Amino acid sequence: MTERATGSSARTVLRLRDVRKNYGAHAALDGVSLDVAEGEVVVVIGPSGSGKSTLVRCVHQLEEIDGGAMYLDGELLGHERHRGGLRPLSARQVAAQRRRAGMVFQQFNLFPHFTALRNVAEAPRRVHGRPRAEAEREARALLERVGLADRAGHYPRQLSGGQQQRVAIARALATKPRILLFDEPTSALDPELVEEVLAVVRELAAEGMTMVVVTHEMGFARDVADRCVFMEAGRVVESGPPAALFGSPSSARLRAFLSRHAADHPADQKVLS
Amino acid sequence: MTITATTSSPSAPADDVATSRRRARPLRWLAAAVLAVLTAQLVAFLVGNRRFGWGTVAQYLFDPSVLSGLGVTVLLAVAAMVIGSVLGGVVAAAQLSDFGPARWAATAWVGFFRGIPPLVQLIFWFNLAYLLPRISIGIPFGPTFASWSANDVITPLTAGIIGLSLVESAYLAEIIRAGVLGVDLGQRDAAMAMGFTPAQTFFRIVLPQAMRVIIPPAGSQFISVLKGTALVSVIAMNDLLHAVQVIYNRTYEIVPMLLVACIWYLVVVTLLTVGQRRLERHFARGHLRDVRPVEVPA
Repeated sequence: MTERATGSSARTVLRLRDVRKNYGAHAALDGVSLDVAEGEVVVVIGPSGSGKSTLVRCVHQLEEIDGGAMYLDGELLGHERHRGGLRPLSARQVAAQRRRAGMVFQQFNLFPHFTALRNVAEAPRRVHGRPRAEAEREARALLERVGLADRAGHYPRQLSGGQQQRVAIARALATKPRILLFDEPTSALDPELVEEVLAVVRELAAEGMTMVVVTHEMGFARDVADRCVFMEAGRVVESGPPAALFGSPSSARLRAFLSRHAADHPADQKVLS
Repeated sequence: MTITATTSSPSAPADDVATSRRRARPLRWLAAAVLAVLTAQLVAFLVGNRRFGWGTVAQYLFDPSVLSGLGVTVLLAVAAMVIGSVLGGVVAAAQLSDFGPARWAATAWVGFFRGIPPLVQLIFWFNLAYLLPRISIGIPFGPTFASWSANDVITPLTAGIIGLSLVESAYLAEIIRAGVLGVDLGQRDAAMAMGFTPAQTFFRIVLPQAMRVIIPPAGSQFISVLKGTALVSVIAMNDLLHAVQVIYNRTYEIVPMLLVACIWYLVVVTLLTVGQRRLERHFARGHLRDVRPVEVPA
């Protein structure tokens, strides 16, 4: 990938302003505001049901938000100005906006009827209208990048969970997204397969990819995040550099979450202490 | 290692399941014998009973009027299946839509055409001219552009195609809907996430996976419409059944002529079943346990 400038002067890629999402009477997102700068890696942590997954699903417009606003490169997501107010975009326009971001799911969601190669090449071909040979050449290069050049002809069912998730990452990269969204990418994996997926994410971070990663992997959060966001009950409770967040949590709720997590995952002890 | 040492005594011969022999299964031998006797009885009945009139069967099997009836039967079944699939797809999409009026209309459609016996529907369509003497195309409640006499438009053939297609569309709508509902929601998420439009998501990702579930019941449905074409003989349509009826009304050889029809129905159904198995294998791509990786030239 290309070198990108990081740091305080970098421009904002994703901006969320007071985003709200309700499921019936339950507020899944209760006024979330967040800026993600170009090249920044933001890791979102928090207990189950805190709204982390809902957050990335909303950013990618797989769920509609009920209030607030989201901007990608300054462009309002999901709605357009019309007669002095706002109105929802058409399905086609929403699809066009989604092409500028990529998403990796907890359950991989590879297409079972396509080979690994076709999983990666399908969107460039069908969505961006690239010629097949060209799309497949690039797909092959992406598979090589995630270490799966020799698995191009395999169907998802013939791959391990870790391999499937790496194909899914290659697939998300195929459309050259401005930002990559990860929804608990290692939660469905056997423990010994987690590291091969995290290694790929680390490499992307080193290459300057802008990413929002929802995860339970505290060690990974601490290593890779430029910024860590702690969510609870649909709100951002605390946010800052991982060293500060893990080293000296200022809110009682984050302290409680971290000590609960440390009790459940003794292996992460050294990372958190 | 330590476990084997404690369970086998040193003097006993070493166990090896490779030397284990097949278990005797007497009930299976008994069942095989019963089936053999029944088969022998059936063959003796078919061959020994002169009233089957196998000579007559052979004489009429390739009779031009029988073959033309067979052609009509196959034509009707294919037309009903093609039109029924297209209509059924539209009705299924309407049932799955989040637009209330479309959903209600589709539910009423399925309820109506699945709820009335096909024979009644066929007779009804054949007599459409009674209700609607002229059929015209134009703006509702406004001027008409073209108009035909219903008696000219509704022949036994068109009545048969319309009636069978509508019945098929109702059943196929339910089959397609069930297939689409069976596809994991994550597949839709992933396709949308990659920027596929709703139409691309449906036709490239959801439908091909749904086909795996749709084809077996759709195949049964095709077989049942093929047999259902026999109903059109009541509106004087020259199908396979009608062709043999015309002959036995003249010769009184009812059973041999019905056998002619049976043989042809079975031949066509067998061919259809073979085709269905092939289609199933095609859409099972990536789902079989023993699939081999595809060779991809580097």
